[in-house]
Amino acid sequence: MNAQPKIRIRGLTKSFGPKKVLDGIDLDVETGTSFVIIGGSGSGKSVLLRCILGLVTPDSGSIEIDGEDVLTASGKRREELERQIGMLFQNAALFDSMTVADNIVFGLRAQCRAQHKRLSAAQARTQAGEILRQVGLDPSVGALAPSELSGGMQKRVGLARAIAGTPAILFFDEPTTGLDPIMGAVIDGLIVDCVKRLGSTAIAITHDMASAQRIGDRAAMLYQGKLVWQGLASELMHSGNPMVDQFTHGRKDGPISMELRR
Amino acid sequence: MRHLTVNILLDPVAAIGRACLAMIRKAGALALFALAGLSHLLRPPFYWKVFFNALIEIAFFSLPVVALTAIFSGGVIALQSYAGFAQYHVQSAIAGIVVLAVVRELGPVLAGLMVAGRVGAAMSAEIGTMRVTDQIDALRTLSTDPMKYLVTPRLLAGTLALPFLVLVADILGVLGGFTVSVSKLGFDPHSYVTATLNALKPLDVMVGLSKAAVFGFIISLMGCYHGYTSRGGAEGVGSATTAAVVAASILLLAFDYLLTDLFFAQ
Ligand SMILES: Nc1ncnc2c1ncn2[C@@H]1O[C@H](COP(=O)(O)OP(=O)(O)O)[C@@H](O)[C@H]1O
Ligand SMILES: [Mg+2]
Repeated sequence: MNAQPKIRIRGLTKSFGPKKVLDGIDLDVETGTSFVIIGGSGSGKSVLLRCILGLVTPDSGSIEIDGEDVLTASGKRREELERQIGMLFQNAALFDSMTVADNIVFGLRAQCRAQHKRLSAAQARTQAGEILRQVGLDPSVGALAPSELSGGMQKRVGLARAIAGTPAILFFDEPTTGLDPIMGAVIDGLIVDCVKRLGSTAIAITHDMASAQRIGDRAAMLYQGKLVWQGLASELMHSGNPMVDQFTHGRKDGPISMELRR
Repeated sequence: MRHLTVNILLDPVAAIGRACLAMIRKAGALALFALAGLSHLLRPPFYWKVFFNALIEIAFFSLPVVALTAIFSGGVIALQSYAGFAQYHVQSAIAGIVVLAVVRELGPVLAGLMVAGRVGAAMSAEIGTMRVTDQIDALRTLSTDPMKYLVTPRLLAGTLALPFLVLVADILGVLGGFTVSVSKLGFDPHSYVTATLNALKPLDVMVGLSKAAVFGFIISLMGCYHGYTSRGGAEGVGSATTAAVVAASILLLAFDYLLTDLFFAQ
């Protein structure tokens, strides 16, 4: 028998109005591994992450972290469980009223508050500089506003803010979408580094196959609210599943027909 | 055929019913939002830095707009009442009219409307942008309650800043009336000041400032609520901003009536 998975999801459903976005998701992510979810735009990948983060309330099903059901836990306990998760948002979601350094300090302080530790302004500043270096940025970038950064740099700062609290679980929502292939590879490298260094459990969403194989240990494909395939990330390109094949090879004909209307 | 006639009769009723239900639902949502925002005042931590930033933004940076509005309105009241009262030969009443109008009504209402335009719009645009760019969700993932962080400090800042602005508006409005009366209408400065002080009652000032606190709360609430609940990208933020200013202005005038009725009706 395996050790208990870090995240275990059973029968998760979520509809918005008449639209069934998630329709019975079962998913296990083992501690310390990285899981990649692929799927077309609008297939509900972000909604799935939001459910686990507690930003969206699912209609039914269970989400367990360390064997404890998040959805039925008391408010306080639920906060504690969700606090373990760091998230890199699709568009980085940096606080644009703050400097880059203050964004990272915000992540640091959130963590310190949870552990009832004090963090002096000077300490915060040095640590923020250190974390910036870990994502390949010069500490002097800390003085800039998020709007002054390129897309790739924003992603790096988003990553820095997410790892500032040394979370046990990391989520990445399309970390390389909108970046050039080289920058994409660089961000993937940083993600793999960070996950390894922190020993975190990770879930990444992507529709970039190269990225999926670089980041993931295991992978799954989300289609019409269901995980239609699960397997090793290394098998993505030759999974034998016709839907995955169509998606990974970018064919326009196959079992998946793009819904242009909804 | 019969059910068609019934439908024609009932459709407008149904439409009115639906509109009423929608309004009640919205009022309920708003009340819950306000309660949630206020409840965080009692549950630490309180984000002082956000509070002071909002306070400076509202109180300090609205000063020029409020000051100019107040000076001109005070002057206009002096001119208008002079023109109106000349036929009755009671120009001596002008000082009293100016101070009463400014302190009871014009100060709170005009300052409130100016701040609603400036601050209500800015707040809903800022919070709305944070909503549609996932920054509010990001707060949650960084163990920060967005209501506590974004809304509560702004509600308090609005409630405290408006009385201060209205006090300034009161003083400058009276000054505007004084300037016009003395320089243009030929009043004696000394007797104008005496008449002003005679007409000025502390209760009027207190009521005006209390109104201002309510207005400040309404403005912040509308800005925060519409921003917080905005949806659908830049366009959504735009319409949230408009809605915040319109709702704040209308509610402000409605509450002005209610409070005036409450305080002065007897
Ligand atoms: N808060 C919401 N309200 C209504 N519909 C939503 C909401 N969030 C997501 N959706 C819908 O759910 C579907 C899946 O969205 P999402 O998970 O963002 O897709 P993606 O797989 O591209 O990340 C979309 O059709 C979107 O319109
Ligand atoms: Mg998405």
